[in-house]
Amino acid sequence: MKRRTFLKGTLAGGVLTVAAGSGLLRPTEVFAASWPKAAFDAKTEADAVASLFGTSASSASSAIRIKAPIQAENGAVVPIKVQAEMDGVQSIAVVVAKNPRPLATSVDLSSGATGYYSTRIKMGKTSKVTAYVKAGGKLHTASKTVKVTVGGCGG
Amino acid sequence: MARLTKLKTRARGDATEILALVNHPMETGQRKNKKTKQKIPAHYIQKLTFEVDGKVVADANLGPAVSKNPLTAIKVKGVKKGAKVKVSWTDNKGESGSATTTA
Repeated sequence: MKRRTFLKGTLAGGVLTVAAGSGLLRPTEVFAASWPKAAFDAKTEADAVASLFGTSASSASSAIRIKAPIQAENGAVVPIKVQAEMDGVQSIAVVVAKNPRPLATSVDLSSGATGYYSTRIKMGKTSKVTAYVKAGGKLHTASKTVKVTVGGCGG
Repeated sequence: MARLTKLKTRARGDATEILALVNHPMETGQRKNKKTKQKIPAHYIQKLTFEVDGKVVADANLGPAVSKNPLTAIKVKGVKKGAKVKVSWTDNKGESGSATTTA
């Protein structure tokens, strides 16, 4: 088993070196975090948040503003703008409680990026939309209910 | 197939807003082809990364619940005029694209 692990390691190391040498692996590609598949596959809001942030413990914060339509004309394109005013915003996630897979999108911020994230999402039906903001190691939330008349999940 | 990726910056207070638009179907995998009745396979952007002068400022995770032709925007402070801004993306089928602009 040890021999196999050793050989596997050497092979992996070799491939990595070749890839890096040939310019296929650029520094930004190596450092960017991988896509959080488990969080996107989660079927409940709590599971999605726990998977993405390592915890689902959060507290509501008035320092987060969500700009979203009260009623979405088209559930396939619902504009969401999150503005988090607190210091040290590290990540923002947009979660739609009643979507089959609640996590819609998230962003990790650094180097001068402020607590702002604007996107357009699909909503299957009327639902609470929650912005989870990780700042200073804690998870803060703000929610807004968006009414949807024509669902946007292709059903 | 090359997908159009558009990148724009604009001043917003003391920060610079960076907007990226990618022509992408963002298929959920749930829609059915009306003729064949088969489900259209999921095809969506997964990673969308913003860089300013070579440094990653935002690393976004997108999924099938993001709208078709996603328009994503972030805001960054301290972006000097003339700074190189870049957005790059990859999707679940291994397709990728990027665009650059100057602030």
